[in-house]
Amino acid sequence: MIEKERGQAPPFGGVFVAHARVLDSEDIQRAIQRMAHEIVERNHGLENVVLIGLQTGGVVVAEMLAEALKEINGSHPPLGTLDVALHRDDIGMRPVMPEAVTDISVDLDGATIVIADDVLYTGRTIRAALDALCDFGRPKEIQLAVMVDRGHRELPIRPDYVGKNLPTRKDEVVDVSSEGVDLGRIEK
Amino acid sequence: MNQSPSKSLLSIEGMTKHELEEILELTDTFDEIGRRPIPKVPALRGRTVATLFFEDSTRTRLSFETAARRLSADTMSFSAGSSSLSKGESIRDTVEVIEAYGADLLVVRHPAAGTAQRIDNWTNASVINAGDGCHEHPTQALLDAYTLRKHKGSLEGLRIAIVGDILHSRVARSDVLAFSMLGAEVVLVAPPTLLPPSIEGWPVEISYNLDEILPTIDVCYLLRVQNERINEGLIPSVREYVTDYGLNVKRASTLPKDALICHPGPTNRGIEIEAAVAADPRSVILDQVANGVSIRMAILFLLLGSGRNLMEDADVEVNQ
Repeated sequence: MIEKERGQAPPFGGVFVAHARVLDSEDIQRAIQRMAHEIVERNHGLENVVLIGLQTGGVVVAEMLAEALKEINGSHPPLGTLDVALHRDDIGMRPVMPEAVTDISVDLDGATIVIADDVLYTGRTIRAALDALCDFGRPKEIQLAVMVDRGHRELPIRPDYVGKNLPTRKDEVVDVSSEGVDLGRIEK
Repeated sequence: MNQSPSKSLLSIEGMTKHELEEILELTDTFDEIGRRPIPKVPALRGRTVATLFFEDSTRTRLSFETAARRLSADTMSFSAGSSSLSKGESIRDTVEVIEAYGADLLVVRHPAAGTAQRIDNWTNASVINAGDGCHEHPTQALLDAYTLRKHKGSLEGLRIAIVGDILHSRVARSDVLAFSMLGAEVVLVAPPTLLPPSIEGWPVEISYNLDEILPTIDVCYLLRVQNERINEGLIPSVREYVTDYGLNVKRASTLPKDALICHPGPTNRGIEIEAAVAADPRSVILDQVANGVSIRMAILFLLLGSGRNLMEDADVEVNQ
């Protein structure tokens, strides 16, 4: 996932090289299970809850959460995907990818939205997502679930559900997939 | 970066198949925005799109303005009839004035071929050719290709007939180039007087007989019979044209069941297309109009918003 995004996006344009595995696939499953339970606990069930995965890395996280919520609750909440590329404040520094589809078929008026993303960093993606979601309706509440919170926030945004708090340096890059979480660097 | 085409979009000629496909693929993203409850994104906030129309238009102009607004760009609009052109101001002065108001992109339509190209040489703003005389109308060809791709999956191997006044049609010229580049087989159907003399070398087949062609095609693309041409003596009479080339219900019944009927608009009902045929389920004429907005959003975004300028002096740290 990450290679594809960065390969197309100068000035990054390099290859992700992992230096350390932070979570393996079992750790990820345990984190997902815990976050799913927290979502149910916090919202007293799943009524009106809608899961929105942010393209591209958040979609897998949303799908894993949906699967876990289904085991807890019998059925999983409606699932959507959102591409925030056209809402970003750094538009033009990243490509708009045709395969990053926005698909929100459920009515968001009055819904409790749980945004799912892979990595929370500056918070700018989430700011863009909040803007975009408000064009689809007036949700009752928006919550945020991330697999990794790596710090370095530039906006007053905090996650509600966190898989792993991971202190990082700014020149490092975190890659999340269903196989694991890796800490590494983009090399030319 | 692959999403930074040249400064302007002036013609299909000179574009590559890859560029066409890139625009068509990106258009899906913008098509989705049009279906949202609030169909607007902030992508081009602070940018200004000016439409300069030296010739009348309904859909092209509205379509560009709608596309610009959905991307949050500001719009300015200029029509020859109600401007200082009538006081003798030149096109070049007009363009410089509009640029001085801060236009980042000019959408130009003019009755003389090559005007968009000339304006592009004068200005630093991007230019989109929205029709120059009998030359080209590239965004129409792109929206046509997008419409066909949406209904048929791909243009590869489609057999498309373009019927009518090919000689004066900028739409036909752009369509022939785009359709054939995307792998379709194009047949031009028209009376000999309405075919351009320089037709040799075009990647097309020619026919003077619509009835023979209809059962063999996947798409029937009708062109408008331009009223202003009827008196030029190129067709004996409107009635004769309708008899030989008008798509009526009887003719439409010989088209394959899954064929599509297209028209760039405005239609002359009762001449090139019978009213009942325009309402045929195979007609995608209104679809073309709706897709026009999506394709123009994609083009405006590629020319203005994909960050060509930002990228040049980008000193950005790796951003998660």
